[in-house]
Amino acid sequence: MNFDLPLIWAAIIAFAVLAYVVLDGFDLGVGILFPLFPEKHDRDVMMNSVAPVWDGNETWLVLGGGGLMAVFPLAYATILPALYAPIIAMLIGLIFRGVAFEYRWRTKRAEFLWNWAFAGGSMLAAFAQGIALGALVQGIPVENRAYAGSWWDWLTPFSIVTGIAIVVGYALLGATWLVMKTRGDLADRARAIALKCCFATIGAMGVVSLWTPFLEPVYLQRWFGWPTAIFSIIVPLLVLGCLYLLIKGIRERYDAQPFVAALGLFVLGYIGIGISFYPYMVPPSLTIWEAAAPEESLAFLLAGALVLVPIILAYTGYAYWVFRGKVDPEEGYH
Amino acid sequence: MFESFDATMLARMQFAFTVSFHIIFPAFSIGLASYLAVLEALWLWKKDDVYLELFNFWKTIFAVTFGMGVVSGIVMSYQFGTNWSVFADKAGPIIGPLMGYEVLTAFFLEAGFLGVMLFGLNRVGPKLHFFATAMVAIGTLISATWILSANSWMQTPTGFAMNEAGQFMPVDWWAIVFNPSFPFRLVHMVLAAYLTTAFVVGACGAWHLLRKTAPRRARTMFSMAMWMAAIVAPIQIFAGDQHGLNTLEHQPAKVMGMEGHFESHPDGAPLVLFGIPNTAEKRIDYAIEVPKLGSLILKHDLDAPLAGLDTIPDELHPPVAVIFWSFRVMVGIGLAMLGIGLWSLWCRYRGTLDSDPWLHRAAVLMGPAGFVAVLAGWVTTEVGRQPYTVYGHLMTANSVAPIEAPAVSASLLAFIIVYFFVFGAGTFYILRLMARLPRDTMPELDEGPIRAAGVAHGPASAKSHGEHHEL
Repeated sequence: MNFDLPLIWAAIIAFAVLAYVVLDGFDLGVGILFPLFPEKHDRDVMMNSVAPVWDGNETWLVLGGGGLMAVFPLAYATILPALYAPIIAMLIGLIFRGVAFEYRWRTKRAEFLWNWAFAGGSMLAAFAQGIALGALVQGIPVENRAYAGSWWDWLTPFSIVTGIAIVVGYALLGATWLVMKTRGDLADRARAIALKCCFATIGAMGVVSLWTPFLEPVYLQRWFGWPTAIFSIIVPLLVLGCLYLLIKGIRERYDAQPFVAALGLFVLGYIGIGISFYPYMVPPSLTIWEAAAPEESLAFLLAGALVLVPIILAYTGYAYWVFRGKVDPEEGYH
Repeated sequence: MFESFDATMLARMQFAFTVSFHIIFPAFSIGLASYLAVLEALWLWKKDDVYLELFNFWKTIFAVTFGMGVVSGIVMSYQFGTNWSVFADKAGPIIGPLMGYEVLTAFFLEAGFLGVMLFGLNRVGPKLHFFATAMVAIGTLISATWILSANSWMQTPTGFAMNEAGQFMPVDWWAIVFNPSFPFRLVHMVLAAYLTTAFVVGACGAWHLLRKTAPRRARTMFSMAMWMAAIVAPIQIFAGDQHGLNTLEHQPAKVMGMEGHFESHPDGAPLVLFGIPNTAEKRIDYAIEVPKLGSLILKHDLDAPLAGLDTIPDELHPPVAVIFWSFRVMVGIGLAMLGIGLWSLWCRYRGTLDSDPWLHRAAVLMGPAGFVAVLAGWVTTEVGRQPYTVYGHLMTANSVAPIEAPAVSASLLAFIIVYFFVFGAGTFYILRLMARLPRDTMPELDEGPIRAAGVAHGPASAKSHGEHHEL
């Protein structure tokens, strides 16, 4: 039997990036919402709701990046120089917000500083990720196995819109997460914010979705040609379904439903991008197969990934299970 | 300020800067994670609360260190693409899977169980909690294994072929992972991490012994650290010697630079103790030498001939001055560590381990020495690999991304500012945590470990414990 290793790996990398987006998405979202909750007690609870899991969430980003270098080195070697500035900005944002989880508890005098590091770092990282996504969707020119564009190509009206869309979308994930994990006044305010973010997210998704097909003729063909148009009909319908569940969940004060529905929106948006992308790894320059590492590398890492990824998912699930339920401000995770 | 540098030099500076900062944290967290596992095991076994108190004390410091290690490590994993994209394209098929395995086997394990270790004792109970601590410790060791394998392959590449696109193609993964210098490098690094941690723990214990705060806990940690120093320092010196012989075999130019041998010595090489390398004139000025000792150490024979840098084309010389000094710093600190270890044995024998103020002062002074030695060691091995990224096969100049100098200098400047600010603050918080050993009979749940503690004290308890939060 012959396996299409590059295709399998494209699916695994896509899964890692999706896992990153939804997992770190909600904890970045909690940081983005920080300025809306000025009280120390609320902020303590918000931070505690993600403190035990953020490390694991962010590891998917390392798998996405490190995995890309392992199995699609040419994509890695062309995408990263093309997105130099947004990637550096994202890293700096992640540095500030990552240390805030620890430093914030170590000081009273400088607590405001680490509040800003957490909020500002989360926003910067999210915005930079959105810009990087937009820049990738609009295309990266490659010649002689190297990036062939200029240093500011990533900065366009489209990438700024995708940047804003990601910030808004993460805020939605963060708000619905807080609805699920907190009680009382904090949860109520998160509910109100979630409702607003939900319309903003749908608006942003709409703008990006309508804009994307006109960036590249391939995308247009993909979305409005037969038979792929089936997807372009189904995906918006599913989006509407998620939207309905999301709003209903918020209005009727369900705990988990809004979060799950918001995750659904993200997964659908992600699938939408995947439909545009296929079969490219670096649109419009490199296909999955052109960017792939030699078979020996793909097979070597796949052997481990097939065993390890399910184990990782199992103990990650266990870690989430240990910290299930509402954050209890009186108990604390001692 | 960077006009005189080209993009390659700037990219090297950025890599050197970010990796130097990064290596500090793993060096500490590898040792500390194992120490925490030992402390918790002792607590479960002996049911003596002093171990739990020490566990909680060092757990908080571990959490800060680990946080800094994670964020500086993410920077590393993306820098291969942003600044060294040609290297990533060419060596990615080999380096990539090794680092991929690190993520799959180590990062997720550490990050997944870290939350349980820091926050979960009350939720999962002591046994499962110990399991989580052990997983974090094992994760750090697995991580070191893969990274050292990848780094060693760049030093002593084996098991590959080149394809027409100039990429390194894996042929034999066994030979790649277990390349010739890997076992030596791994042992040397893990021992270095253990020693580094031992001296930090020892300095902290000694400090509190001098200040007479929490004598029981300070005694316990000081004694454990000094056992570690006395046992591991000699092992490390032996391991380092073996590593040096391996380097002489596979990267002779590096050893010639480290030892300062510009000239060949046909009948027995001296050991240059000190001197000032003069690269332009290709000699060591003001050298203080011990005749024949170089040959004795490297070849275990007084009269063995030793080749010098004159046998190698100039353009393939490593930067001699840098590695000559960094090597001496590392060895000097190693010998000082051995000295402290022996001194502690003597004091232990005389029964003055807890009361000899000069030993305690020396131990405090040696607290940061491990970090300096680790950095010096890495400088020696990485700068000694120049002018190659993959030794003998891929030049550094041919590895760099097609980036422009202004982009690299801007990001380098940003990293310098951010790192000094962020990691400076972290170091400050860690030092403050160490300076503040909790009361001797602290009931664990009364106060709670700080990270974990900070967590979710309500307004009422925040008030009553306020003084513990303001460290």
